Amino acid sequence: MSVDRNSFETVIGLEVHCELLTATKLFCGCPNVFGEEPNTNICPVCLGLPGSLPVLNSQAVELAMRIGLALNCEIRPSSFHRKNYFYPDQAKDYQISQYDEPINSNGFLELPDGSRVGVTRAHLEEDTGKTTHVGGGGRVHSAERSLVDYNRSGVPLVEIVSEPDIRSGAQARAYVSELRSILVATRASDGKMEEGSMRVDANVSVRPLGATEFGTRCEVKNLNSLRSLTRAIDYEAARQIELINNGEEVQQETRHWDEDSGSTSSMRSKEEAYDYRYFPEPDLVRLAPDDAWIASVRESLGPLPARRRAKLVSLLGGSPSGPEMDQVLATVELDLDFLVIEAAKAGAPAALALARASNEVASNLDALRSLDPAAFSTTVQMESRGDLSSTQAKAVIAELMSTGRTDPVAVARDKGFEAMSGELIAQEVAKAVSEAPQEWKRYLSGEEKLSQFFIGKVMKATRGKANGKDVVAELRRLSASEGE
Amino acid sequence: MSRGLPLDAFTIASEVRSHERSARSVVEEVIESIERGDSEIRSFVSLMAESALKRAEVVDEIVANGCDPGRLAGVPVALKDNLCTKGAATTCSSRILEGWIPPYDATVVEKLRDAGAIVVGKTNMDEFAMGSSTETSFYGPTRNPHDTTKVPGGSSGGSAAAVAAGFVPLALGSDTGGSIRQPAALCGVVGMKPTYGRVSRYGLIAFASSLDQIGPFARSVAEAAALYEVISGHDERDSTSLLKSEQETTEEALTRGVAGLRVGVVTELLDAMAPQVVSRVREAADALGLSGADVEEVSIPELRYALSAYYLIAPAEASSNLARYDGVRYGLRVDADDVASMNAASRTAGFGPEVKRRIMLGTYALSAGYYDAYYGQAQKVRTLLIAAFDKVYERFDVLVGATSPETAFELGAKSSDPIAMYLSDVCTIPSNLAGHPAISVPFGSGEGGLPVGVQVLAPALHENEMFTVGAVIERAASDARNVGEAAT
Ligand SMILES: [Zn+2]
Repeated sequence: MSVDRNSFETVIGLEVHCELLTATKLFCGCPNVFGEEPNTNICPVCLGLPGSLPVLNSQAVELAMRIGLALNCEIRPSSFHRKNYFYPDQAKDYQISQYDEPINSNGFLELPDGSRVGVTRAHLEEDTGKTTHVGGGGRVHSAERSLVDYNRSGVPLVEIVSEPDIRSGAQARAYVSELRSILVATRASDGKMEEGSMRVDANVSVRPLGATEFGTRCEVKNLNSLRSLTRAIDYEAARQIELINNGEEVQQETRHWDEDSGSTSSMRSKEEAYDYRYFPEPDLVRLAPDDAWIASVRESLGPLPARRRAKLVSLLGGSPSGPEMDQVLATVELDLDFLVIEAAKAGAPAALALARASNEVASNLDALRSLDPAAFSTTVQMESRGDLSSTQAKAVIAELMSTGRTDPVAVARDKGFEAMSGELIAQEVAKAVSEAPQEWKRYLSGEEKLSQFFIGKVMKATRGKANGKDVVAELRRLSASEGE
Repeated sequence: MSRGLPLDAFTIASEVRSHERSARSVVEEVIESIERGDSEIRSFVSLMAESALKRAEVVDEIVANGCDPGRLAGVPVALKDNLCTKGAATTCSSRILEGWIPPYDATVVEKLRDAGAIVVGKTNMDEFAMGSSTETSFYGPTRNPHDTTKVPGGSSGGSAAAVAAGFVPLALGSDTGGSIRQPAALCGVVGMKPTYGRVSRYGLIAFASSLDQIGPFARSVAEAAALYEVISGHDERDSTSLLKSEQETTEEALTRGVAGLRVGVVTELLDAMAPQVVSRVREAADALGLSGADVEEVSIPELRYALSAYYLIAPAEASSNLARYDGVRYGLRVDADDVASMNAASRTAGFGPEVKRRIMLGTYALSAGYYDAYYGQAQKVRTLLIAAFDKVYERFDVLVGATSPETAFELGAKSSDPIAMYLSDVCTIPSNLAGHPAISVPFGSGEGGLPVGVQVLAPALHENEMFTVGAVIERAASDARNVGEAAT
């Protein structure tokens, strides 16, 4: 599609469903687990058997409040409604959800670039079972039969609805990844988009730049990754702009994103939309968390990603470089900032600790639990003092993580990483200089960058034991003495 | 009229506890009498002979070991067929649930067992409790033991008839708009609806969740009160279950007397009722006055809107509660080419006409564009009604009126006129909308010598005042009967 996109603005609102990390389901005592044999993790309540009744899980309420507080929402007395529609994976043929009185409302999410996206509401609801179509290529219309697994039925969800404040696919991506960090940081959800524990629908519309009215929106479903989210929004905006440029109208409808073809197609029009016949759920009472409960949840929250990033930035002196900022984002996202903070507290340079955490530690997260933060901090300090070369420091960190050892000095000794004496360095540098007289001449005439060449030679000869800084110091001393 | 065991629950329990009678012999006798005598009345849809005998043996063993099986030791109880019984078919008298066997017991069933009672069978009802005559049952109608050409009332007609016929001393029903009290009145037994939330609804197959409440049938107020005490109490499996427990036992309430109690005779629960029904209610009120109560007539004009509000709220909730009968997981499935057609075919074949009518009414009342005018408006009426009751209860402790506008009517008399049938519940519906307790106590007879019930209404949580008044009415009825018998 080639259209004049520059005179249009894209308007996006996102609806994000996330599964809560509760021990049990939303309205019954079945464990909230994933991957069991079909229809084994069920009971009369989540199977919607006649006579069964729902009882609200207070841990789900607590996690929903954590999400709400992290998104700067107001927590208000709320209620549950029934959303009525027939579907085989809906055990009662209605879903219990919050409707006009959500537990969380009127919040916002601040993105790393400082922009704010309004959060209209974040409400509790139950998940459905899962239908599998067998035969006929797995599609509903040609299937020979359909199988329903109710293990997921009644798993607690929070649906987070944003204001239409997002203006591009890239910003939508930033919103979803920031939201995911918050969900993970608050331990409310694992935020795994690919596994379906976090599901995103996008409401997309376009309007001429400067217009104040919203255009007709389409809801795009089946966005299973950050990549499909941005691609689908970009595609959908372009499709709508082309329609308008061709003098056609955008129809309000629900559209399905197809990752393979990279396009959206109509699922159902506005006219085909369900009438859910919402009404207050008579089997549940009002939900009105008292101030003490809200306060205790607020206290248990801990610092959120934005504040944690700000902490790292301040440790870096306040104005990190672009690559450093990427390291900050990754470190907080992966929950590794505590390592940097501890190392800095112990006197290690924050930038070096950040580099080691966001690269060496991050590349081996499975072994994180066996990494002693103090040992990490000592290793970074050894590197910064020149007791270890960077190559050696990386090897020591890898060893600490794979063995769970807590004594980096001993690890370095066992690996033969004892610091080279000044005498040995001098010997090795002298040897390198004598082997490369041309380069040495150029270095002497002021080509400072050739120091890298000599460092490389010395490193190779000492198999990484030498420290780059020591080599440079020796080169300087040599050149000074030759100049005399 | 008694076709079964003429014993009351207290006699059975005390004889079983004192080794004079075995629970097993009680159950054998009850099963035998139902098998012999219920073919005409058809109060039961299924008997649980095997499990009842097993349970009776357990009770006897407990007694033999010198322990106490509970205050209802060995007492046979019948359950309306919308109460889930583990391992025994529970159908709501509907084709769509024919043969469905619940994997769990309702809370009330557990409580009965804990008290030593023995569930002997499931009783007939209007399909999904929708009706006032027990004629909409998929299994065919139940007949009134007093006159088998008449209906027993409904929807808990099977339970009322089983107690009236003497098959069992006690039975449970459910009351959404009068489904315990109206058949109790028509069958001449005591029937009571507790305060909403007093008795756990866990395991009661829902008709209209905000109105449904389980309650007892018995041949005396005292037995009804005892059964109510056994089944009531907080249940964490029902979020609407009340926490508050009664300070005073019902036993104390039954003997306290009505001296000084303020009783309101409600104009709207007498207006347009059959003349003999009106006479009996006035006689009962007079009897209360003679016993020392302050009796006064009171009008509650808001009651006139209760029926209309009820027929929006109850069908609306029912339309959602009954959606799950879709042929996917349990019950009747009629195969078709795709899922939606299978859902439709199963529901078309599985539900009777009255259930379909109410599902359609309720679906309409909740539809986009109509919600405010129908369901929303009905909820406002409900709020007004509660406020009106609150105001009246500032001046009165209890209220009395008719339970049913008339005595038992002919089978088929109202089957083709739903509105006439709906009017059968005009006196009972207000208590459901308000969530208040109410009891129907037999008091004399009306047209054709058929029983009349007097209704006693009380504010939420005031079951005991209701029992106090009910017991005095019961005594007055018995005195009047004795005087009548002495005169002839
Ligand atoms: Zn469950």
